[in-house]
Amino acid sequence: MRSDHNRVPADLLTLTDLSKAYPGVLANDGVSMGIRAGEVHALLGENGAGKSTLVKMIYGLVKPDSGHMALDGQPYAPAEPRAARAAGVAMVFQHFSLFEAMSVAENVALGMERPPRLRDLAARIRAVSESYGLPLDPGRIIGDLSAGERQRVEIVRCLLQDPRLLIMDEPTSVLTPQEVEILFQTLRKLRDEGVAILYISHKLHEIRALCDTATILRRGRVVGTCRPAETSAREMAETMVGAAFAAPARLAGTPGDVALDLSGLSVASPAAFGTSLRNIHLSVRKGEILGIGGVAGNGQDELLAALSGELRTPADAIRLQGRPIGRLGPAARRRLGLLSAPEERLGHAAAPEMSLSENTLLSAAQREGLVARGFLRRERMRAFASRIIERFDVRTPGPDTAARALSGGNLQKFVIGREVLQRPEVLVVNQPTWGVDAAAAAAIRQALIDLAAKGAAVICISQDLDELMEISDRLGVLNEGRLSDIRDAASLTPEEIGLMMGGAHGMEVAHV
Amino acid sequence: MNLGHIDPALLLAALLVAATPILLAAIGELVVERAGVLNLGVEGMMITGAICGFAAAVETGSPGLGFLAAAGGGAVLALLFAGLTQFALANQVASGLALTLFGLGLSSLLGQGYVGIKPPPTPHLDLGPLGDLPFFGTVLFSHDIVVYLGLALVVAVWAGLKYTRSGRILRAVGENHDAAHALGYKVVRVRILAILFGGACAGLGGAYVSLVRVPQWTEGMTAGAGWIALALVVFASWRAGRVVLGAWLFGGVSVLQLNLQAAGVAIPVEYLSMSPYLITILVLVIMSANRSRAPGSLGRVFHASG
Amino acid sequence: MLRVERRPQPSRFWTWLTPPLAVAITMIAGGALFAALGENPVAAIRTIFWEPLFGEFAFYYRPQMLMKGAPLILIAVGLSLGFRAGIWNIGAEGQYIIGALTGAGVGLAFYPLDAWYIFPLMVVAGALGGWAWAMIPALLKIRFGTNEILVSLMLVYVAEQLLAQMSLGLLKNPDGFGFPGSRNLQDYAAAHNAEIIAGTGMHWGVVAALGAVIAAHVLLQRHILGFRVRLTGQAPRAARFAGVSPARLVLFCLGTAGALAGMAGMFEVSGPSGQVSIDFNVGYGFTAIIVAFLGRLNPLGILLAGLLMALTYIGGEIAQSDLGLPAAAIQVFQGMLLFFLLAVDLLTNYRLRLRTPEVAP
Repeated sequence: MRSDHNRVPADLLTLTDLSKAYPGVLANDGVSMGIRAGEVHALLGENGAGKSTLVKMIYGLVKPDSGHMALDGQPYAPAEPRAARAAGVAMVFQHFSLFEAMSVAENVALGMERPPRLRDLAARIRAVSESYGLPLDPGRIIGDLSAGERQRVEIVRCLLQDPRLLIMDEPTSVLTPQEVEILFQTLRKLRDEGVAILYISHKLHEIRALCDTATILRRGRVVGTCRPAETSAREMAETMVGAAFAAPARLAGTPGDVALDLSGLSVASPAAFGTSLRNIHLSVRKGEILGIGGVAGNGQDELLAALSGELRTPADAIRLQGRPIGRLGPAARRRLGLLSAPEERLGHAAAPEMSLSENTLLSAAQREGLVARGFLRRERMRAFASRIIERFDVRTPGPDTAARALSGGNLQKFVIGREVLQRPEVLVVNQPTWGVDAAAAAAIRQALIDLAAKGAAVICISQDLDELMEISDRLGVLNEGRLSDIRDAASLTPEEIGLMMGGAHGMEVAHV
Repeated sequence: MNLGHIDPALLLAALLVAATPILLAAIGELVVERAGVLNLGVEGMMITGAICGFAAAVETGSPGLGFLAAAGGGAVLALLFAGLTQFALANQVASGLALTLFGLGLSSLLGQGYVGIKPPPTPHLDLGPLGDLPFFGTVLFSHDIVVYLGLALVVAVWAGLKYTRSGRILRAVGENHDAAHALGYKVVRVRILAILFGGACAGLGGAYVSLVRVPQWTEGMTAGAGWIALALVVFASWRAGRVVLGAWLFGGVSVLQLNLQAAGVAIPVEYLSMSPYLITILVLVIMSANRSRAPGSLGRVFHASG
Repeated sequence: MLRVERRPQPSRFWTWLTPPLAVAITMIAGGALFAALGENPVAAIRTIFWEPLFGEFAFYYRPQMLMKGAPLILIAVGLSLGFRAGIWNIGAEGQYIIGALTGAGVGLAFYPLDAWYIFPLMVVAGALGGWAWAMIPALLKIRFGTNEILVSLMLVYVAEQLLAQMSLGLLKNPDGFGFPGSRNLQDYAAAHNAEIIAGTGMHWGVVAALGAVIAAHVLLQRHILGFRVRLTGQAPRAARFAGVSPARLVLFCLGTAGALAGMAGMFEVSGPSGQVSIDFNVGYGFTAIIVAFLGRLNPLGILLAGLLMALTYIGGEIAQSDLGLPAAAIQVFQGMLLFFLLAVDLLTNYRLRLRTPEVAP
């Protein structure tokens, strides 16, 4: 590992001593790095390491508190994204900056300084998208596109501006392995054309496959730079996290009786641009973890809602220990032992403005006896919240803290802990470690494994393939609202899972 | 009772006049809502426009200046709403209600000296031979300039939203303000401009009531027209062209019930007077089955966290 | 440059301090308004806020405060439940009118019978009338997703027309020499909402208002139903996750608000007002919206806010007769109060910071 701050002037973009503080957090602390033209430069770090803040400063969305940047040797301080784009800096966001009710062409036009007339633009979109292997129909409405296609819109929007520096924020989280490979070819082609690419990720094998240089951030500081091809994933991981983590221990047990059974579950999505579930069959046994993979937006939210009881289905479509429960609401299902934890922590799994103590009522009112004849039992609520905090190592001043004041990882530990401590018969979780730091993620995975070991059935819906491979016994994949055949997790390769996810979804290799 | 006295040409001409105030207010609110802001203060801005326009027209003797003052008055009130919702990040529903309550009070305060006065007449536009056409001359070509202005405004808003870059940006801000911010658009600035436009339009609509439709000043004279304009935006599914249809429908209903009252139909006046409000509810029920066209960020507070 | 920064938790300090702050700012701005109208601002403010409580005729005005405050509090408590859950009933004025009509209607139907059960029946009828009127927007919202703001508001105008029709038709006093308006219920002992203790202004509506405040307080602080109301308002998706049925909540919130507004109308028509007449309603249903917000949607806060708002009504009347201050001025004053309240509310959830230019290290 080297740590040379002041690079040679050959760098396209140089950052010197950039700092940015938010209330209570020092998001970036004296960050210095350089990015050369014609290289793919990885920005590596855990959630909360300060990657997003750093690129937002480069893109003009956030002003640094101190430090300075130079582009091509000239001082560079974009006051707004427009200035950044004018200077040749383009960015593909992790949460897309797209407008669902508008067409592809309109969306692209909104990201340009002087867009041509829509008809001419449509022709250019076709041309550029095809030459980079990302075919797009400019007339389609964004809301009807898959996550992968939406990302193509973002990328094409950037490419149309002939960027000198392209920033990509966690681009592969919405792609199948095959789509990732095609994206990499596109990026390599751009690199060969002389574009500098700043590639943000925490996925080490991707970085090793793609990137020429890597800068590693931890708690807002640069803790190392390296050449990924010459550095082991383990070495990078330890630099990133600052400690070594043992992978969760998984003991193969013998699964028991069927706990939850879905037969022919079909349900329309309540959301305007949601994905309806089509004819889903699955069963999960006691003591088993069933993983459900798939790219975002393929019915994951709907599946969780159908299981939690937020969406009602025909009674027979869902059976809990043989009993039809499709028509029961969330409270009744909880009473029977089916608990769940949705993906969105703030606003869905927890009420942001309410205290942790009050947040216990959301799912534990019945099973923990927190309500008696309609009246709240505040001492019990507090006690239960304290128990979760203690058992799951939730870092917070106490049970009276508002949920939104917790960090993502701590709130997620609280949410998962709230369900696990209620001793569910069946627990369904969606994206249990999304946006969570490595230590919290490891703790959550371990908790799920321990729960299964005690005889509960666990369904883990996740877009993180590594996570699914690590903890599941069996694995299925959601694609456009349909569930693939469920296979033994140990026997599957990433390529096979990628094919189950629907392969490359019409992407093609860049026409090099 | 004699329904034979109702002349269809005059009825249709009156319909265009009756539709104009809500048309103006609704097209303004449509722009505001397309920018992602729900301003429930239309009634307050309308009544303020009504008295500002009335007072200015009486003092200067010029209806034109009156309409100008009305637009200004509506916009000033809208600025208060903009301050509350865009800077103080207040709840839009509550702020809109506050605007209406405040506007009703303010207008009756301003209007104290103007009760029982006649405003200077707003001249009809002389369209030459067109006005002499049988039937169509009366229905279409015998109105004051504001009627045509209202219709022109609808066309302008429709084309502006659909074909211009500013229109596209406004829709983007209303659809997803976080994404618009990430692309570097000034969400707050766009919204303030839209809110001011909405206020000016509502003010014009109010002045049309006090200067042309009635024409005199009485407290609370807009009588819910601002709320009907809000309903009209839902009815129109946030599309400019359909605002015209809606406005004509309501204009038609109110003209018809007035004519039935005059013709002495054996239904108590009060029940006839209810009809525009009942029709509004009915229309809302029919239209609300499909809310999917509502702008994505409508009514949500935007705060750039940096 | 001033910068707005979100607080990690709402500030308790500002939650309680913003209403008095808003009142203070309104007094200053209102004083400026009165000065612009050619009045001595200090005298005007003093007349409005001091005279009714401690002036020469306070013995007359103090009971008035209870009488005017009771309907405001009763309605505002009901509205606050809905507002907390994100259900916007702004048609309380209509529910108030209908409650008065049904309540008075039941009373008049028994005329001239003298029986103890007439008044309780009228209370029930008033509550039912307001409830039924509020069920219209509630059912339309559940069944068709219709916007309850617009429907409930439209129904105010419909109710006003009904009121006019009733005072000219069905409920008109047969012995009234053709004048519009019903019999005066103050003259009909069995249906009269008389003062419980003479000279205090304490009628049954006041009792009901206090009861509603206490019940709402217990509901919101201690009961699962109140928790669901709060949860739905703060995080609707989390509420569905917790198993709250949005439809039932709409029925509950609109129904309660309607019933309380209807009761308020009934207590008014059978007490202070006395008869059904075309101009029976004076806007309590709308002022109650201000009261609800000024009281921070908190029952105890609403109690204080309702009394304060009653004070401005009474003070406004005194200022009108003593100083010739226009009646509309007090309406503007009340409107301003809501404005300033919403504006200073920023301080509860956000903090303002002066951004100082960074010195380069």
